[in-house]
Amino acid sequence: MATTTGNPETGETTTKDGVRRRDFIEIAAVSVAGVGGLVMVYPLVSQMAPSADVLAASTTELDISTLEAGQAIVTEFRKQPVFVRRLTQAEIDEANAVPTGSLRDAESLEDRTQPGHEDVLVVMGVCTHLGCVPLGAVTGENKGEYNGYFCPCHGSHYDTAARIRKGPAPTNLLVPDYTFASDTTIVIG
Amino acid sequence: MSFPWAKEYQPANGFTKFLDERLPVPRLVYNAVGAGYPVPRNLSYFWNFGVLAGFCLMLQLVTGIVLAMHYAAETTVAFASVEHIMRNVNWGWMLRYAHANGASFFFLVIYIHIFRGLFYASYKPPREMIWLIGVVIFLLMMATAFMGYVLPWGQMSFWGAQVITGLFSAIPLVGESLQVWILGGYAPDNAALNRFFSLHYVLSFVIAGCVVLHIWALHIPGSSNPTGVEVKSESDTVPFHPYYTAKDGFGLGIFLLIYFAFVFFLPNVLGHPDNYIEANPLSTPALIVPEWYFYPFYAILRAFTFDFILPAKLWGVLAMFASILVWFFLPWLDKGPVRSGHYRPLFRKFFWFGLIPCMAMLFFLGGAPAAEPYVMLSQIATAYYFLHFLVILPIISSIERPDPLPYSITEAVLGSDKKAVLGENAEPVAT
Amino acid sequence: MIRLVGILIGLGFTLVALISFGVGAYTAATEEVAPNPSYEFHLEAEAPAGGFSFDGPFGRWDIAQLQRGYQVYKEACAACHSLEYVAFRNLADLGYSDAQIKAEAETYTVPRYDEETAEVVREPGLPTDQFPPVPYAGLGNPPDLSLMTKARHDGTNYVYALLTGYEDMSTFEKDGVVLSEAYPDFEIGNGLYFNPYFYGLGIAMPAPLRDGQVTYADGTEATVDQMSQDIAAFLTWTAEPTMVQRKQTGWWVLAFTLFATILAWFAKKQIWADIKPKRKDD
Repeated sequence: MATTTGNPETGETTTKDGVRRRDFIEIAAVSVAGVGGLVMVYPLVSQMAPSADVLAASTTELDISTLEAGQAIVTEFRKQPVFVRRLTQAEIDEANAVPTGSLRDAESLEDRTQPGHEDVLVVMGVCTHLGCVPLGAVTGENKGEYNGYFCPCHGSHYDTAARIRKGPAPTNLLVPDYTFASDTTIVIG
Repeated sequence: MSFPWAKEYQPANGFTKFLDERLPVPRLVYNAVGAGYPVPRNLSYFWNFGVLAGFCLMLQLVTGIVLAMHYAAETTVAFASVEHIMRNVNWGWMLRYAHANGASFFFLVIYIHIFRGLFYASYKPPREMIWLIGVVIFLLMMATAFMGYVLPWGQMSFWGAQVITGLFSAIPLVGESLQVWILGGYAPDNAALNRFFSLHYVLSFVIAGCVVLHIWALHIPGSSNPTGVEVKSESDTVPFHPYYTAKDGFGLGIFLLIYFAFVFFLPNVLGHPDNYIEANPLSTPALIVPEWYFYPFYAILRAFTFDFILPAKLWGVLAMFASILVWFFLPWLDKGPVRSGHYRPLFRKFFWFGLIPCMAMLFFLGGAPAAEPYVMLSQIATAYYFLHFLVILPIISSIERPDPLPYSITEAVLGSDKKAVLGENAEPVAT
Repeated sequence: MIRLVGILIGLGFTLVALISFGVGAYTAATEEVAPNPSYEFHLEAEAPAGGFSFDGPFGRWDIAQLQRGYQVYKEACAACHSLEYVAFRNLADLGYSDAQIKAEAETYTVPRYDEETAEVVREPGLPTDQFPPVPYAGLGNPPDLSLMTKARHDGTNYVYALLTGYEDMSTFEKDGVVLSEAYPDFEIGNGLYFNPYFYGLGIAMPAPLRDGQVTYADGTEATVDQMSQDIAAFLTWTAEPTMVQRKQTGWWVLAFTLFATILAWFAKKQIWADIKPKRKDD
């Protein structure tokens, strides 16, 4: 780039071995400026990632002492709904009666609950198809053909273990990371 | 238009050739800031500030767009949303400080750019249009900066909005309804904050559009230069690239060093502490001052304290607007045959010993409390300001005898035009 | 024509500005300026001896001092002053663990709006909550302290100077002039306390600190001066938790920019070398 200047006086002076040094310093200057420009882009990109308050709000504590069998409560985790349901014995039996191998997303109820608390099913209330909130957590809502959850957007039916049984959703409703802080308190996240 | 010896863009490969025939953007860039734009070879570092101003505009646009992703223009949360940016958003503190100090540095650069134009009389024919668009850009910048300062909704934001919109109430008959219309209420509130945010955002792009016109107009006659002598031959010019890209690159480095020193080590020095107090419509700060870059005009506004035929308030508002509007008429007020202050002995004296001290005083006095002796000093400075542009400049430009000019830029640089390698200055380019 | 009109307009503005000047000068010459003791005897903020650890471009937080400052805030300030822009989780910067922060948050009650009952209920705080508002019914208007050191000129030193600056008005002197002798009639407002660092000299807040008011866990002696320094340091942190990060980032940015600028200087010199003659002064 340095030699294409069209300057009337470049005649003799630049064709000596100064040319190489000159090219080097210019390439170095442009490269360093380029690196500087790229570094400047980093904060501009990372500012769009979740901010400190959003990251900090990523645990939810929930008291389930008043939750009775057959009931569900809807809580919030990372601004998304979470369904916490205490299953009845009939629902547990219904879930266990299905051969795991026949499912689209092979998981047993045991896989989806925690030891000692097999009757507590915690799932994200977000349909794995396109993210609608399925019905069935609130009493009186349509629970679908398999008595679990039903997503009205595109007709995905989930069973009592919130596994996908019919419709376009590819996987079971997601079970978030959670722990039992005590027998009646769960901490999600 | 360009000089006949301007290099022509040659597409380097198939792709650029394809592009050149359909959407010749590379050619445009080449002719605007590339090797295809011949520039006087004798530009001083004062000519760096145009490019620096362009850089500042880009900086403000980028940081501003990013900040708008986190800011909320609603009076109950605006202040908190700025604190959210400072505390929670990744690198938010840096982006906000970069934007706030960027405004100050934009104005610093623009003031040097303007006063370079005033000293070298760059507004003279054939460059009047460049100058006029420049003044429009300056006015747009003032409006944009003022509205931007309202957005954090601190005490100075609120009372600044109150006071500045109060200027319009000085206009006879329609003034008060005009102020209410501008604010969308009787005091700054949600309506005002929202419209200021909207206008602050969009005006920055209007500025960018005017900058394109400014540069377009510049490329018709080409850049002026410290001698004020028009380009006559090829030996008077060098291609913009690499000569001035390299010089501008170095200038940008120096600018960034100073700018970053402020952003990272003195980020609040140019601001006002009161703006870290949330707006309170029931309590006025002890001293309401605008940002430093408005000081000269604020000093002129406050200089009029006596009801002479018209109310003092109206005089202040008229004078403040007139102090900028007068710049529009400079190409026709200054009729001297020579541009550059270097060759105008009288003009130069009034510039350095009249205008510059006057502006320095106005800058100082605009931030001083409205008390004596500051008000009296600002009255003297204001009187000189108008005397300088509207009386002294027209008169000295008629009577002064300029010093002898060099024959050409080449002669000014090399001592003699004959020393130019090509030495073909027989045919001066018509201007 | 433009120039003629211009000259007339210019002379007009000049004339009016000069008339204003004349009237102002006449008034200033003939009228006595009322003395303003609260302006005359106001003191600028002073730094404590030795300054603060975070002063200057290489400054760092003194974590132990910030913890002491937080203790002073809780025990001496929190009854009247809120800290609304700080979240409990931010205390991690002061070296507290997650469990400690959780326990700390629970000692505060935070107002929450219950949509079902349409009532505001106060519940124990969570780490994600910000410090709650503090209701105050007395004289004056205790400001939120989160941004105090940025909301005053030379804020950190101002907080320190204000807290150590309570004096007896009858004996106060500045530059050898005793206030009560120079202005025997001068009074601060009813119920206010004399403090020369406060704007107007009268502050509604009584001196909030006395020696030994808190017992520091690290054994530091709790003098008024020490506590004032600690709270000033803590409030500097609350005003800008990213300050030290800012300065450290700044050094990297400046070093890189300097390197790039030096390279740009050599590149510019090289490029101009062949056409740059010895410059004639112009």
